[in-house]
Amino acid sequence: MRISLFIPCFVDQLAPQVGLATVKVLKKLGHDVEFRAEQTCCGQPSYNSGQWEVAREGAIRALKIFRGAEVVVGPSGSCVAMIKKFYPDLLKDTPHAAEAKELAQRTFEFSEFIVRQLGVTDIGATLNKKVTYHDGCHAMRELRLKEEPRQLLRAVRGLELIETEESESCCGFGGLFSVKFPMISTAMVQVKGGALARTGADYVVSSDPSCLLQIGGWLTREGKPIRPMHIAEVLAEGLPANV
Amino acid sequence: MSNAKDIFLKEATTAAADGPQRIFINKALGGYYANRDIQKARFRDWERARDAASLAKWEAVNDLANTLEAFVAKFESNGGKVHWARNAAEAREIILQLIAAANAKAVVKSKCMTTEEIHLNDALEKAGYSVVESDLGEFIQQLRGEAPYHFVFPCMHVKREEISALFTKHLGTAATNSPEELTMIARRHLRQLYVDADVGITGANFLVAETGQISITENEGNARLTAALPRIHIALSGIEKVVKKLDDLSVLLPMLATAGAGQPMTCYNTLYSGPRKPGECDGPEEFHLVLLDNARTQLLADPEQRDALHCIRCGACLNVCPIFKNIGGLAYGTTYQGPIGSVITPHLRGLKQWNHLSGASSLCGACTDACPVRIDLHHHLLHNRRNANQTSPTWFDRLFHRGFNFVISRPRLFAFGGRVFRFTLPVLKKIPLPYLSAWLKTRDLPPAPAQSFRQQWKDSSHG
Amino acid sequence: MANARSEILSRIREALKVVAPKPHFKSEPIGGSVAQNAKPWLPDGGATVAARLALLTENLAKLKANLIRVPDAVAAQQVLQGIARDKNWKKVAYHSHPLVAPAVEALTCEKWEVTSSFNKQKLEGCDAGVTSCEAIVAQLGSILVSSASSGGRSLSILPHVHVVIATVDQVTADLEGCFSDMLGRHGQKLPSMLSFITGPSRTGDIERILVLGAHGPKELYVILVG
Repeated sequence: MRISLFIPCFVDQLAPQVGLATVKVLKKLGHDVEFRAEQTCCGQPSYNSGQWEVAREGAIRALKIFRGAEVVVGPSGSCVAMIKKFYPDLLKDTPHAAEAKELAQRTFEFSEFIVRQLGVTDIGATLNKKVTYHDGCHAMRELRLKEEPRQLLRAVRGLELIETEESESCCGFGGLFSVKFPMISTAMVQVKGGALARTGADYVVSSDPSCLLQIGGWLTREGKPIRPMHIAEVLAEGLPANV
Repeated sequence: MSNAKDIFLKEATTAAADGPQRIFINKALGGYYANRDIQKARFRDWERARDAASLAKWEAVNDLANTLEAFVAKFESNGGKVHWARNAAEAREIILQLIAAANAKAVVKSKCMTTEEIHLNDALEKAGYSVVESDLGEFIQQLRGEAPYHFVFPCMHVKREEISALFTKHLGTAATNSPEELTMIARRHLRQLYVDADVGITGANFLVAETGQISITENEGNARLTAALPRIHIALSGIEKVVKKLDDLSVLLPMLATAGAGQPMTCYNTLYSGPRKPGECDGPEEFHLVLLDNARTQLLADPEQRDALHCIRCGACLNVCPIFKNIGGLAYGTTYQGPIGSVITPHLRGLKQWNHLSGASSLCGACTDACPVRIDLHHHLLHNRRNANQTSPTWFDRLFHRGFNFVISRPRLFAFGGRVFRFTLPVLKKIPLPYLSAWLKTRDLPPAPAQSFRQQWKDSSHG
Repeated sequence: MANARSEILSRIREALKVVAPKPHFKSEPIGGSVAQNAKPWLPDGGATVAARLALLTENLAKLKANLIRVPDAVAAQQVLQGIARDKNWKKVAYHSHPLVAPAVEALTCEKWEVTSSFNKQKLEGCDAGVTSCEAIVAQLGSILVSSASSGGRSLSILPHVHVVIATVDQVTADLEGCFSDMLGRHGQKLPSMLSFITGPSRTGDIERILVLGAHGPKELYVILVG
């Protein structure tokens, strides 16, 4: 299968290792991977800020960019939810409605794609660490992914998966919410990060790099030993370098 | 500070910084989560029961005029009197006139958020009546001179020591740390007040069109007493509380109890269909119902958010909301706190003044999953943000998003901008900048990588 | 404010000109009312008499209500006497009902029957109120009292203890069936108050800690005959 990558803008600029790990895992599974370089940002910041006209322009650009792609796979529950759930809403009653629906049907979050579409749970990764999983709200509540990432993690050799109290609590990121209402956002990450730190895990793993930016940023500032790691990075651990 | 947003920001900042209080609230809700899950498990299919509850409310709300007229006809044929109020002032006026006409002096009230919405107590006190809140939580808040913190658990933020001191001050009782003893102090104090009151004021959880009954849900028995002992019973209800059939309540009552308080059924669910009837040994001589619009019809006129009128005020969305749990209920400055409050307050009191509540959410969606009548709460927060942007855009937001869009619609400019950002980040971190400084106050940013993903992709064999 | 009515109704009619989409069931409704559709999704009410009684017993225990099953009316009288003795009741209020009156009249303490010459101050001074009921809902452990069948509105809420005497055939499976029975029994002449009592009065207003006997009865006894 030829997979078109959907790399969130801040993964591109600030966490490229997540994109590289995504490529590595998808290739390991025997698929062709392409990256359409016209892509930048899905427009969610504008959508969430009520700037729907602006966001609509981004959505229409994305439809064009991914036109003809067999499947689109992205390592972010939040950005994938933007395409899968919010583009159709944003573009309903426009000439783009049908295409938005159609793109939504062939766009998948990374763990969703591997488990639900490919039917694979064991990539062959090895990581001798204790990890806990953070459910990003968009992955859990918009895309209804809960078991899929856990299935993938359980299959990693040497990995011990433990659950966190507050595993379903929001980390407090919320895009621009984190900087428009920083005091509330911080209070939320204190609750989340505190619970994560108490698990004694080596890594907090998530399918949402934006949550990891928030959680990791707070954990580092507070000097907590637990580190953030994207699920694609976990699944790329121990795979041969050139697949 | 005059505007609602500034007050909110100030109050939320203070509350979010109060760690011990936040832990106290979280602990208080711990028992609720456990009980709610036990009761939810007793439903044979909770998710489909939510569908049914949602449908029952949809049918009534989307046929509201006919349903209300049917209800009113039945209610009046049962011997009650209906009064219509377009707004809060009219509702207050009607209630004051009823009390004056009855030559009443003392009023006892059971818990009713709609009376909070119309600021009834202030009006009654100004008119010289003694008003006592009989729900324990409301009674405590009344003594504290504070609005309810949570529309189901009004004083959940108050510690027992504070309640003890409050009772000592106002009732002259000895100090105690026992919730049981504190409850008994209130019980003893309020008993005679029920007996002496001329007028009892209650709310209504449901109005049943089929039978003309009003349904009141409560745990303490104070509403039962309020509707039994005084000569006159006045109920105040929003027009959206109506349901079509009596047996709709066979779905709604257990769901209200489970979602709202983790109970199989609230302790007292009582249906009233008129004043004392011939052959009945007690009950009020008169039964009045005030039906309040107060901008509900404006919300009704928005089909996208009309389902917000399905709300049965269970409070489940507050109980799971990380915003509510971290800033508490008072910071909102509204009658209805939490997600449902953030959704409806802009409709009831003005979008321009109250849209900040819709912004103050990470859109996590825990509220929507918790809502027993499936109100699309967190998406409505997005709808409010969009509507506010259309009707009263701010120049900063406009500029920011237009500028952002200018960059992201040009992949090369985006790549260049990203590179500049990464290289200058160490410097940017040191200068005050909107958004970035707010982030860095409490959180780090990982060191910027030398190369973006797109560069590495291009440079590798892929490109 | 006669025109308030017409103005609100016309605002509503105007608002509803735009239709909101109907929420859909996961599977298509079979027909009939929402409540009948929802019945199999709600908590179970028990298909047989034995199942209903078992559920009721379990539910009342969880609600901290006391259920006492007795074979006949004589045994019910004895149970009531036992409670009155243990609790040292001085004064008991009741109403005229074939299950209630004989049991209360056999008590040795002061008895007061609520009639149309009702006196709320006097009732407030009673230790207990003894009533019959309309029905008992096994599904939820709820006792349905009414102003017609249970001595008015106050008798089951004002005294510190509430005792319900009912018969086994009054135990109904679920709320939906109970509503249907009520409409069948009373038709258009419903009592002015119908109240589902689910356990003794309670509050969690102080630190969300459960306390029984907030304003209504601290104790609830159900004596089930048959």
